[in-house]
Amino acid sequence: MVDLSWFDVVLRAVIVLVGFLTMPLLVGQTEHKVMAHMQGRLGPMYAGGFHGWAQLIADGVKFTQKEDIVPAAADRGAFRWAPAVALVSYLLALAAVPFSPSMVGADVPGSLLLVLAVSGIGTVGTLMAGWSSGNKYSLIGAMRSAAQLVSYELPLILASASFAMAAGTLSLTGIAHAWTPVWLIWQLPGALVFLVAATAELQRPPFDMPVADSELVMGPYTEYTGLRFAFFLLSEYAGIVVMSLLFAVLYLGGWTGPFDDALGWLWTLLKGFLVAVVIIWMRVSWPRLREDQLQRFAWLGLVPVALLQLAITAVGVVLTA
Amino acid sequence: MTQAPRELTVGVGAGGLATADMVLNIGPQHPATHGVLRLRITLDGERVLKAEPIVGYMHRGAEKLFEVRDYRQILVLANRHDWLSAFSNEIGLVLAVERMLGMDVPERATWTRTLMAELNRVLNHLMFLGSYPLELGAITPIFYAFREREDLQAVMEEISGGRMHYMFNRVGGLRDDLPSGWLGRVEATIAQVRRRLPDLESLIVGNEILHARTRGVGVLDVGVVTSYGVSGPIARASGLDIDLRRDQPYLAYDEVFGADGPGRVVTRTGGDCQARLEVLLEQVHVSLDIAEYCVQRLGSLERGPVNVKLPKVLKVPEGADYVATENPLGMNGYYLVSRGEKTPWRLKLRSASFNNVAVLGELLEGTLLADMVAILGSMFFVVGDIDK
Repeated sequence: MVDLSWFDVVLRAVIVLVGFLTMPLLVGQTEHKVMAHMQGRLGPMYAGGFHGWAQLIADGVKFTQKEDIVPAAADRGAFRWAPAVALVSYLLALAAVPFSPSMVGADVPGSLLLVLAVSGIGTVGTLMAGWSSGNKYSLIGAMRSAAQLVSYELPLILASASFAMAAGTLSLTGIAHAWTPVWLIWQLPGALVFLVAATAELQRPPFDMPVADSELVMGPYTEYTGLRFAFFLLSEYAGIVVMSLLFAVLYLGGWTGPFDDALGWLWTLLKGFLVAVVIIWMRVSWPRLREDQLQRFAWLGLVPVALLQLAITAVGVVLTA
Repeated sequence: MTQAPRELTVGVGAGGLATADMVLNIGPQHPATHGVLRLRITLDGERVLKAEPIVGYMHRGAEKLFEVRDYRQILVLANRHDWLSAFSNEIGLVLAVERMLGMDVPERATWTRTLMAELNRVLNHLMFLGSYPLELGAITPIFYAFREREDLQAVMEEISGGRMHYMFNRVGGLRDDLPSGWLGRVEATIAQVRRRLPDLESLIVGNEILHARTRGVGVLDVGVVTSYGVSGPIARASGLDIDLRRDQPYLAYDEVFGADGPGRVVTRTGGDCQARLEVLLEQVHVSLDIAEYCVQRLGSLERGPVNVKLPKVLKVPEGADYVATENPLGMNGYYLVSRGEKTPWRLKLRSASFNNVAVLGELLEGTLLADMVAILGSMFFVVGDIDK
């Protein structure tokens, strides 16, 4: 790792923060519009003039104006800190995701490990929110999200391990460098497992049981208002950004593409964006699974497939070494 | 699906972790009850130990109000308890009054009533075909369902002026004759809905997740159906082959369900949430067939009156009568007792949803919280129809 001057560190931190604040909005706006058109409606049309581009900014302004309510029965400390925990974990994760060989917030040697570890912390925020709200729906939501954590984390890590093994490094930059188009075929099962497990980690449909609005009102976020609620929403979209980019870097070759010397970062962004659209698409077309069905699916479907992938990768690596 | 509660011992040492039951009130304000139904459920983790439907939050005293209004005014009230089947609600009442008066209704009015009742059924079923997947977490079907509803409502609005509470029936017939060219527009709309229905169906039928959530969930056996007086699509999904349109024909249904008619009764034997959803979906097709048939019959009828001239003060002769109709959600009956005055002495309303949700207590025990919502939604109820 190169030595950085303090100016460099601050500059990188600021850039990551700006990216962290704008990319989730982009995904959010995409969700508004893509979902709307898939459902035969328009979506936001007025805010900002052109096709409602400023809708999420308007939403943000509205959220800041709302009263910040902490329920009397809530555990104040945990309740107030929960959104921050959820949000910051994805900020840290984003810092380690490379956009191009040179464009990465913090190029740490074991960045894959770091990203997976810190993005898992996001769930702790949800747990804190559910436990501290003093609301039965929140509590059930938190229990579900804990149960979900147990079931998807293992396949997620096993699938990631396969990519790491294929590349022979734990560094995301290294993995993207080692990527060849052949990966699209022989890493496909692992990629599918990764995508499914990532959707479950993000608590996005069809795995949104923790927030299941028709059952649990809003799950762990039921009691939240104003900015704190907005932080949870933001962290959901930031999660989509991180997981989509991670998928793009691990499986779609990151910055590999035409003119990738100059336009590498654009390819990473575009590939990540495509994955985000797939995640949005899933929300439009599928109902929600049941918690125990996810567990079953994870242990009887995802884990064996991920293990199989791991074996395939191991054989492949030994044979080609 | 009733399972014996599983004992789960966690941890080592003295007897594992103690778990406490939690009482959770679903409703009266809760997104899953679409209305103000309240369920008091006792939970052990996610498993429902006991569930008790508590009704009455929307009681509006309809039956008492019937007693102080004349028959024209009653119609306004009677079409409101099940706000998704307003036209069918009107029909039961006017049929009861007409039968007690011994009144003959023009054929043109009868066929138009049949047509509109079936369009109303499609409207009602589309609503549930949209809202039920929504409760299971699928957000798109409701938009597709409402697109079809919008077109059907346009033709209903054109003839009656109402989009929900049509108030188009009168004792002795209908309020007005059909607008010119209306039948053609109905036919075009039916064709349009039929063409676009696969969009909705493809999201519901054959979706693995939807199957996983509904197959074998909330199985209602025929014994429970008959003992609770469950009716309509829910009863038919459990294999009870009963449909008043065929078994006790009113309006023009004896011809529609006759040898050459398009009418047929949709049944399933599964009795689970999936069977209930399938019955609803297939009934939409059958109702569209019937509606199309009615349009053709109406087209071949001679022009003529659609109502009967009524006296200024309408008095029903002394006596009692009970008329039940096959409403979209089940049997809807009016027991009319008259003492020869201009208001009924008593008008008892038998509404479908009241009986249909009564079985929830039996169905929900031992299920998971997520299944609770799946079962609740599959009982296809309207809270106004429960509480009256």
